Amino acid sequence: MGDILLQMRGITKRFPGVTALSDVNFSVRRGEIHCLVGENGAGKSTLMKVLSGVHPYGSYEGEILYQGQVARFHNIAQSEAAGIAIIYQELAQFPELTIYENIFMGHELMNGRTIDWNRTIASAKEVLARVRLNENPAAKIKDLGVGKRQLIEIAKALAKNVKLLILDEPTAALNEDDSQNLLSLLRELKEQGVTCIMISHKLKEIVAIADTITVLRDGMTVCSMDARNGQVTEPQIIKYMVGREIEDIYPKRAKQPAGEVCLEIRNWTVVEPSTGREILHDVNLKVRRGEIVGLAGLMGAGRTELALSLFGNTPGYKVVSGELWVKGKRVELKSPRACIDAGLAYVTEDRKRNGLILIQDIRFNTTIAALDKLTRGVVVDGNEEIRVANQYKEAINIKAPSIQQLVSNLSGGNQQKTSLAKWMFADPEILILDEPTRGIDVGAKYEIYTLMNRMVEKGMSIIMISSELLEILGMSDRLYVMSEGSMTGELPASQATEQNVMALATKTREVTA
Amino acid sequence: MNTRTVSGEKQTISMGELLKANIRDYAMYIVLAVIFVVFGLLTDGLFLSPRNLTDLINQTGYVAVLAVGMTCILIIKHIDLSVGYVAGFLGAVAATLITFNGWPLYLVLPLILVMGILIGVYQGFLVSVIKVPAFVTTLAGQFIFRGLLMLITAGSGTIIVRNEIFRALSNGNIPSIVTTQSGTHLLTLAIGLVCAVLLIFSQVRARCNMKRYSFKVISGGAFTLKLLLFTAILVGVTWVLANYRGLPWTAVVVAVVLLVYNFILNKTRLGRSIYAIGGNAEAAELSGINVRRVTFITFCSMSMLAALSGILYTSRLASATPTAGLGFELDAIASSYIGGVAVSGGVGKVTNTIVGALVIMSLTNGMNLLGVDISFQYIVKGAIFILAVAFDVISRKK
Repeated sequence: MGDILLQMRGITKRFPGVTALSDVNFSVRRGEIHCLVGENGAGKSTLMKVLSGVHPYGSYEGEILYQGQVARFHNIAQSEAAGIAIIYQELAQFPELTIYENIFMGHELMNGRTIDWNRTIASAKEVLARVRLNENPAAKIKDLGVGKRQLIEIAKALAKNVKLLILDEPTAALNEDDSQNLLSLLRELKEQGVTCIMISHKLKEIVAIADTITVLRDGMTVCSMDARNGQVTEPQIIKYMVGREIEDIYPKRAKQPAGEVCLEIRNWTVVEPSTGREILHDVNLKVRRGEIVGLAGLMGAGRTELALSLFGNTPGYKVVSGELWVKGKRVELKSPRACIDAGLAYVTEDRKRNGLILIQDIRFNTTIAALDKLTRGVVVDGNEEIRVANQYKEAINIKAPSIQQLVSNLSGGNQQKTSLAKWMFADPEILILDEPTRGIDVGAKYEIYTLMNRMVEKGMSIIMISSELLEILGMSDRLYVMSEGSMTGELPASQATEQNVMALATKTREVTA
Repeated sequence: MNTRTVSGEKQTISMGELLKANIRDYAMYIVLAVIFVVFGLLTDGLFLSPRNLTDLINQTGYVAVLAVGMTCILIIKHIDLSVGYVAGFLGAVAATLITFNGWPLYLVLPLILVMGILIGVYQGFLVSVIKVPAFVTTLAGQFIFRGLLMLITAGSGTIIVRNEIFRALSNGNIPSIVTTQSGTHLLTLAIGLVCAVLLIFSQVRARCNMKRYSFKVISGGAFTLKLLLFTAILVGVTWVLANYRGLPWTAVVVAVVLLVYNFILNKTRLGRSIYAIGGNAEAAELSGINVRRVTFITFCSMSMLAALSGILYTSRLASATPTAGLGFELDAIASSYIGGVAVSGGVGKVTNTIVGALVIMSLTNGMNLLGVDISFQYIVKGAIFILAVAFDVISRKK
């Protein structure tokens, strides 16, 4: 393994009121894949922002040595010029523009004063080949899936002749296949001499790919481990991350006999009116009282679409055929309100986009879905509302000074808990959880699993959509697997193994004319 | 059990912190104070005379009611550019019915409000159901209602209204009932004092309540100072009015509108829905809020208030003119933004909007007193408007 490419020494970064990093040491060897792990708020992103000049030189203490020289980046342009590229979790792309325009955005290939489009397209083809993406460079970004968009970001970095590639949770939004694909690409790039720092929550991937693992906790370096020979294990990393051993990631719950069927979907077929494309095909699903039903599948399998088309016919989906039965009665639920009244609730996949009202406080968000419960005549009972919000905040351990805290200021885990508080207060019988633990730390995950158990023990039923295979295996009583808009299988917990699920999730629908 | 103070955590907010955190709110009061002082000096006190203050209240009325409706519209991230000519048109309809058809007021006034609601139904339907952008819908509305206003006044030109009660709406004052020998209107004074007591009572109660739930409250000193200041202003203004002609009817109308809208926004599900939609429409929809219906209702309420505004304006001039309504929408939108409505939606208070309306109308009134040319008045108002919005954008950046 090569010499030291990057060394960050004694980095301390203070924000008003908090010390985000204190005396962090971090060094990366040339040509390695270096994984940076830690709970949310451990300081990983801040450290990378210091490195890339987002937090300019002078706003932190300590020293950065890059390629043997002291580096003082005042902005991203300077770090990019030095060959450092960051790919953020949320991709900053231009969906209406083409692949080649996106790849060269900001560093266009010029021919005098005008853009040299021929050379641009030719170069785009080259870097696309390097990331092994077989797409027409003239295709628009909006027509590509998340996995491919991720690869385009890497291609963009390669086009800039990157030496140190930083990836912030690159696989968070990817399915198993795309993730594997990305990881093997990183290995190839490593062979080509690209050094890579990867921030990730997915420990399994980290163990599989990392040469070195550095763990941060509360803004401090806990340890840096050589992981080349597979001697580092997941429990070991978790122990360093949280400072305690989590015996079992998935809390046990009392097994109970499955109750009566409370929700049933029959022959559910949905099209997207704008394109006429069939996005769900003849889907059948049953949920019994008091069980957690997992809904597994790869990205784009139609799981979120199923939830949204079920939950009040959200615009953008048209149910062309199918029946919905709730507690033995056939129902037509035309709006989210009707669904809530019928006892359904849906915790969305993207809590920031369509789950929470970020500019409002915890109290407002907790009660918004069931204000009728607090309304006397036409007046919302403010005192009762405060009492309720406090009660839920305590009960599910939302960490905030008070319920007046704006939700935008909460961490991901606490935001997710607020989402759950909202729906727990609405007191549904069937709760649909779409990626309930995405982007939140290990400790908060455990709390959310415990909450789910508590809810089903009280007789609620849960449909859990998740892209984390282990999570869905660990939590579900029974699970369904979807692929390309169809149900490809149903597995009881006893038969649900990673292999079985993956086999069903990759099954292609047989096309019948 | 959780009402206990968490040890070590400060539960009150000091004066300094208060100013810093609420700079957005206080800026408006400071601007208002500066306007009063500057115009007071420039006009040798004429601006602050009881007569002019009464005038100022009467002038602010029609903008204030528009601004209250506009605040709701802006909170849900829409806009209504048609309000000026809706007011102008409906004011002219009212004038026609009273003057030419001799209809009684008790029929005309409710009818005008209902016509306002119907206009709201038309625009609200386009915006919420058909999903035509509000900007386009109400820009078209601006043309349509301007045309209708011109049509209705085409034959007669300015329509003079002689009905005394109608004219009193925006020119008259509440009866005195008992007057002291020195000429002080006791009813006005009594109303002012009752309001002051209610203000103190409600603020103290709210603060105690906040404390009970261990919310952060402002420190006792700052709280007392703030309360004393507001009470002093309230009592002072009442005293001045009571020694002139008493409380203007316009103030009563605005107060009623303000109370109703403040109640709706803060205490009802409809109000919650409005803030929720402004904060995140998609999340609101998925939380069971009928975004379409709330948007529709908000547009209906806006046009109804535009009708009321038209009545007040026509009453103020005692006539309907072919140009009534010109630029009202700017005054209303500016009042809302100066009053702290966020350009990005989801945030705003009608109580502050009224202060915003006072800022805008004090400027107009003061410049009129100074004889500033109307062309400069436009420039000044436009500049103040854009400054307020820019200030809002900057102060909300983090």
